[in-house]
Amino acid sequence: MAIHFKTKPGLVVYLTAGDPSIAATRDIAIAAIDAGADGIELGIPFSDPLADGPVIQRAMDRAVHHGVSLANVLALAAEIRDARPDAGIILFGYINPILRFGLSKFVDAAAAAGADGVLVTDLIVEEAAEYLAEMKRANLAPVFLAAPTSPDARLKAIAENSRGFIYAISRVGITGAQQSMSSDAASLVARIRQFTKLPVAVGFGISNAEHVRAVGEFADAAVIGSAIVELIEHSTPDAAAGGVARFIQGLRRTVVAPTR
Amino acid sequence: MASVIIPSNPSQPTAGRFGVYGGRYVPETLMAALSELEQEYERAKADATFQAELDDLLHNFAGRPTALYYAKRLTEQLGGAKIYLKREDLLHTGAHKINNSLGQGLLAKRMGKQRIIAETGAGQHGVATATVCALLGLDCVVYMGEEDMRRQELNVLRMRLLGAEVRGVSSGSKTLKDAINEAMRDWVTNVRTTYYVLGSALGAHPYPTMVRDFHRVISREMKAQLLEKEGRLPTAIIACVGGGSNAIGAFYEFIPDKNVRLIGVEAGGRSGELGEHAMRFQGGSPGVLQGTFSYVLQDEQGQIASTHSVSAGLDYASIGPEHAMLHDTGRAEYTSADDQAALDAVVRLSRTEGILPALESAHAVAEAIRIAPSMQKHEILVVNLSGRGDKDMGILARELKIQGSNA
Repeated sequence: MAIHFKTKPGLVVYLTAGDPSIAATRDIAIAAIDAGADGIELGIPFSDPLADGPVIQRAMDRAVHHGVSLANVLALAAEIRDARPDAGIILFGYINPILRFGLSKFVDAAAAAGADGVLVTDLIVEEAAEYLAEMKRANLAPVFLAAPTSPDARLKAIAENSRGFIYAISRVGITGAQQSMSSDAASLVARIRQFTKLPVAVGFGISNAEHVRAVGEFADAAVIGSAIVELIEHSTPDAAAGGVARFIQGLRRTVVAPTR
Repeated sequence: MASVIIPSNPSQPTAGRFGVYGGRYVPETLMAALSELEQEYERAKADATFQAELDDLLHNFAGRPTALYYAKRLTEQLGGAKIYLKREDLLHTGAHKINNSLGQGLLAKRMGKQRIIAETGAGQHGVATATVCALLGLDCVVYMGEEDMRRQELNVLRMRLLGAEVRGVSSGSKTLKDAINEAMRDWVTNVRTTYYVLGSALGAHPYPTMVRDFHRVISREMKAQLLEKEGRLPTAIIACVGGGSNAIGAFYEFIPDKNVRLIGVEAGGRSGELGEHAMRFQGGSPGVLQGTFSYVLQDEQGQIASTHSVSAGLDYASIGPEHAMLHDTGRAEYTSADDQAALDAVVRLSRTEGILPALESAHAVAEAIRIAPSMQKHEILVVNLSGRGDKDMGILARELKIQGSNA
């Protein structure tokens, strides 16, 4: 459960595993970490990602078409862990492929691969008792989503059941770019902090330095997903790692300035 | 925090569970809306004014009660069990779907939600919801797979005429499953202002229970009509099962009557190969799709399989969770009819009784045609004729080579 945010805000990079290939995702992840990402969220491909916008849907489709399996994703996590022992690694997915793999077997394999935590988009705390027990057994961090629509009672339950950090959804909606940070995000993070000392990461629609800087005003980390997945989509497989590294270095330079 | 992924104690199901099936597998953003919906539905259910308004619309607008019709010529031709047809096809808009759309439309109005979204497969739920939105003065957006828009074009035109916006969905197999994904994405984005009228006994709690309750009227009427006409209960009730809304409505009041066989008919499609049919119980396994734990057609990686049926309304990879429970407990039986059997049943019912069934409902008719001859003459079969086939004329003309005036 070693997810440390070295800077404020920390940076977490989401990648759909296996898009454009498992080898490319490994190279991109390592380049992202070297460029300053504190952690990688490895998206497990699923045919019906109903919380995702068009960019991640297309990435999921490509990975599913390539036949990327959950076993492939776990092996990829292990490779990244071997290459970069200090980076945070979170497996990020939908429940059905995990159930199909076997919940207990998945948790064991994720721990063996060196993952720090797991986030299941369509698993709410009320349905998670068995999952939580397994995650605890394997000493993995369950990360839950908190939404601007979640009332305080739900945020309390989310805070009590999360480990590592809490993932706050920046605005009501699916993943994908937005123009500016909504005011939902800051008030959500403030509400979450009533219930926990855990770090809070903000994601969904964070796509540029301006957004990251805004998140840094009130949260501990920013998660960048669709913007990077789209960058990879528009790159050749060989150029993707370099492109992602430059993008993250650019964010680091403009956002994590020595004095603010 | 009582319920779990697969509850270890099915004898104590939590809210929204049918045995181990059902539950709520949704993004956190929707949870507040689902809780609000559940509470408001419970209040509406107990509210005599709400029920009276719904009953009035079901009677005066939709045309309830529907007839229970004795299919005399079909019965005589088959030479076995006595066949009755529950005429949901006679309802306004042409299918049972209006029962649920009226109920949920009134609920949306009660909750002060002006914007309505819905998904549709065959277009019957979309037409019913567009109709109710016109009636109640609500804004309506219907998501429909592009493949379904092509094969059920008449219903697309009807929805647009009624003032609804029909949004084509081009992802995945461009059918019902993809339309539900897109409707859920819309709901996640616009949840503060929007009511999602889900059209089958599917999805996250409270939808499977609520949709079933709005269709219970089918079996309630059926039971009273049979007791009046025959003075006894039927041997079996037969209904087609896509998501399962007409079937659960036709079964529900008979579940305690253990001697009444409940037979659900899935789409056998073109063959038994994965991707060529929608037989969730024969080809699927337990999993989570679109908010609920039930039987799902999927590959070994847990990716949802594509499906095929000549009928858009049965062309879906999962099935309502209450059916999953009825299947596992053995209370209901699930069988299948393939595309050809459904087409044959359309022709047979049209020419024997002068009734053109929807391709979906024709799957249930096909099962009656299959089993009636080997049954005794005193036995009674009731087929839930969930919809009429006018919408299918394009497919039927092509498949059956019926020529029009320009041929």
